[in-house]
Amino acid sequence: MLTIPVESQLLFAGILFFLGLISLLVRRNLIFMLMSIEIMFNSAGLVFIIASRHWNQPDGQVMFIFILAVAAVEVAIGLALILQVYRHFKTLDVNEINKLKD
Amino acid sequence: MDIFFYIAAVVAIISTIMAISERNAIHSLLFLILSFLGISVVFYLLDAPFIAALEVIIYAGAIMVLFIFVSMMLNIGLEKEQEKKWLKPRMWILPSILAAILFVDLILALRNTPIIVVEKQIIQPKQVGISLFSTYLLAVEIAGILLMAGVIGAYHLGSQKKKVLHRFLEKE
Repeated sequence: MLTIPVESQLLFAGILFFLGLISLLVRRNLIFMLMSIEIMFNSAGLVFIIASRHWNQPDGQVMFIFILAVAAVEVAIGLALILQVYRHFKTLDVNEINKLKD
Repeated sequence: MDIFFYIAAVVAIISTIMAISERNAIHSLLFLILSFLGISVVFYLLDAPFIAALEVIIYAGAIMVLFIFVSMMLNIGLEKEQEKKWLKPRMWILPSILAAILFVDLILALRNTPIIVVEKQIIQPKQVGISLFSTYLLAVEIAGILLMAGVIGAYHLGSQKKKVLHRFLEKE
């Protein structure tokens, strides 16, 4: 049995979430941006598992399974869109993809 | 047991940092797989072995492999000059500081919240399954519809249109 306080488990999830957030704000490549969204999804799922263990309820694990389904759909659609963008613009840089503006 | 948690957490954090700072997309994805494996060890230590298995199979095994296939298909190895310019300290320092402020804010909020201690009992996967198919049955069906919409959408978006070089060659 773990005897770690729940605060430090939440701290771990928080660190992962903010690493993903920084990456989303900084990187300008579409693949990396999708990856950082994955990191954030995962840390949100981690918080659900921590809460599920803390309150002795199975609901947190159920929510993690739903997060997994949503993440899978999001990745499939996102990667298909990335493929189309790359075919159209020949780049993945979000600063270059601004045809709608002109 | 506590030391295993800290080791897995440190490995996950370090490999996430490497993943977000790496230039090469493939290396970054491999580091991200390592990070997900570390998180799955944490899940195991948090008495959720079923979720740990799902994390390894679906996240590290399916989603990340999809990423790797796409980045191999697009043939993006090293990035162009543009991204190198964006990765200069001048560009990433402000977003990082703002995100760090939010993080400190979250930690202070956590410290000021009283924690109620409930006595622990291990949740079996059976309980999770019963809850999933009784209380959350509607949500399971909605997730199924979402997955089907995802499949159709990905097929539609991913299908390649045939390039026609001349209009006389176009089929009616």
